[in-house]
Amino acid sequence: MAKQDKDLMDSSAKIKLGKSDMIIRGFAYTFVTLYALCCIIPFIIIISTSFTAESVINASGVQFLPKEFTLKAYQMVLKGGTIFQSYGLTILMTATGTFVGLSIISMTGYALQRQDFFFRNVISFYVYFTSLFSAGLAPYYLLMTQTYKLKDNYLAVWLPLLMSPWLIILMKNFVKAIPHEITESGKIDGAGDFRIFLSLILPMLKPALATIGLFLALGYWNEWYQSSLFLSSKVDVKPLQYMLYEVVNKTDALKNSVAGQYVTLTDIPTVSVKMANAVLATGPVVLVYPFVQKYFVKGITVGAVKG
Amino acid sequence: MKSKEKVAVKKYKSKLTFWQKVWQSRILLLMCLPAVVFFFLFSYMPMPGIYVAFVKYNYRSGIFGSKFVGFQNFKFLFTSGKLLSLTTNTILYNLAFIILGNVLAVFVAILLNEVRSKYFVKVSQTIMFLPYFISQVLVGILVYYLLNYDSGFVNSILGALGMELWQPYSDASVWPAILIIVYLWQQTGYNSVVYFAAIMGIDESMLEAAKVDGANGFQRIRYIILPSLKGTIVILLLFALGGIVKGNFGLFYNIIGTNSLLYSTTDIIETYVYRATMTDFNFSTASAVGLYQSVIGFVIVMVVNFVVKKIEPDYSLF
Repeated sequence: MAKQDKDLMDSSAKIKLGKSDMIIRGFAYTFVTLYALCCIIPFIIIISTSFTAESVINASGVQFLPKEFTLKAYQMVLKGGTIFQSYGLTILMTATGTFVGLSIISMTGYALQRQDFFFRNVISFYVYFTSLFSAGLAPYYLLMTQTYKLKDNYLAVWLPLLMSPWLIILMKNFVKAIPHEITESGKIDGAGDFRIFLSLILPMLKPALATIGLFLALGYWNEWYQSSLFLSSKVDVKPLQYMLYEVVNKTDALKNSVAGQYVTLTDIPTVSVKMANAVLATGPVVLVYPFVQKYFVKGITVGAVKG
Repeated sequence: MKSKEKVAVKKYKSKLTFWQKVWQSRILLLMCLPAVVFFFLFSYMPMPGIYVAFVKYNYRSGIFGSKFVGFQNFKFLFTSGKLLSLTTNTILYNLAFIILGNVLAVFVAILLNEVRSKYFVKVSQTIMFLPYFISQVLVGILVYYLLNYDSGFVNSILGALGMELWQPYSDASVWPAILIIVYLWQQTGYNSVVYFAAIMGIDESMLEAAKVDGANGFQRIRYIILPSLKGTIVILLLFALGGIVKGNFGLFYNIIGTNSLLYSTTDIIETYVYRATMTDFNFSTASAVGLYQSVIGFVIVMVVNFVVKKIEPDYSLF
């Protein structure tokens, strides 16, 4: 068998690249390169603009490379300081939300994958049904603001992002790959269900925890939607992305982001300040994601299988 | 588990009363409790509020104290043609997203597979994945500073070349194309991951055998790679089809925002409901549209699943 493989490899190595292979390969390199450039160019423009003098932007628009390099926008944003508060809030929400969400999702995912759990089908359906039918925005908004009284409360942003049916199904798929015998052996040793989960299953779920934890963290970091629903102007400190939304779309927020440094709006280098906020709000994700990308890839491929 | 054991377990299960079952699985139930409470509070509790779609909502009286008007809220939406245009927009955009999105994702995955340099694959995949990780807010900003009339990147190039400037933010007709391109830009890196993984999973000896038999590059793609992706493509299309009346709110809201000049081609169910709720405080209309959407969406998923189960049970959603 091994010899056969070797022969096959030798023969394939001997076959010269055909004309069509060359064409395809050349096209593949060209297309992928161009496509990748399209993905990255908008970012370069944003970064360049954040370093460009406002007079240049006003005269000739945003540029691919800064014509007149300046750090003024960053100095103003950092001096204004609201971005630090938003950073603090977002980091706190991301850390706590990911931890709590991950704990709940992993417990649920394990329990729902236990074949001997009497209620696994009922609860699985109960969770899954929420992705099939929802009450819609208006009833949700009324419930959150009038019944739960969560208007202008950070909990309205933090709580809904804790979990989703999709993440629970993803966790179930990860748990499925762990042999049933592990649970059985724990039972024989007299361990309780929670003990089995905590000391036998959880250590084996590390890749799952990394993957789902990162999806949760990304959700918290990029959150702007719940904030736009529930956080009004009465709340001073907004989560990072929603702060960015307001800085770009609302003049008051723009002024606020460079608070106290300039009296009139015309003195603020509007475009570059917006871009500097954008760069600062996105920076951490762009810097971190190349290192954690493989976990997302894992999640996408495991999640593509139905629950 | 062996089938004998399974039967034994089943027999044992059926002998227990409900409360005995609860007691036996109390720990597992407790482990599920936080999630059960969560979905109860945030997904099931809003459901009675759907009633607001059938009343003339009055803030002081609340949902259940307001005057019942039956289907009047729906009637207006149907007769004005609003519901029809929102539905058409939503579905057409989603069809374009699904079809073009999957075609481009398969295309990119196949090309990535043809690239031999591992380093090149890694770097390009990382770059293509980047747009997926940024917030929709930033996507809106990127689009605005590429396209806006005064300072946009496109116009700064057109201006430098002495050409006429482009004014897309007051021209509704160009936005379907722009929104589709932005969607593809943001999602293709993500979508192609599944296909790339599927291609990686193809038995290498099959491709080698084809080579030995003299199949050229195009033939290998046409007769081996594409057929082996069929299952994945079908599953992903079905998943997507189930959500065909659910719009991508973040994309549309951050790019179009409240620019009413562009609504004729860009208003989808989600954006309309959002404005009705958050700007007009017209909860009854918003809820009527939302309920209509949920019901249609639910029916579509059920039909899709039923049909798939008949034809190919392995591909069914549940």
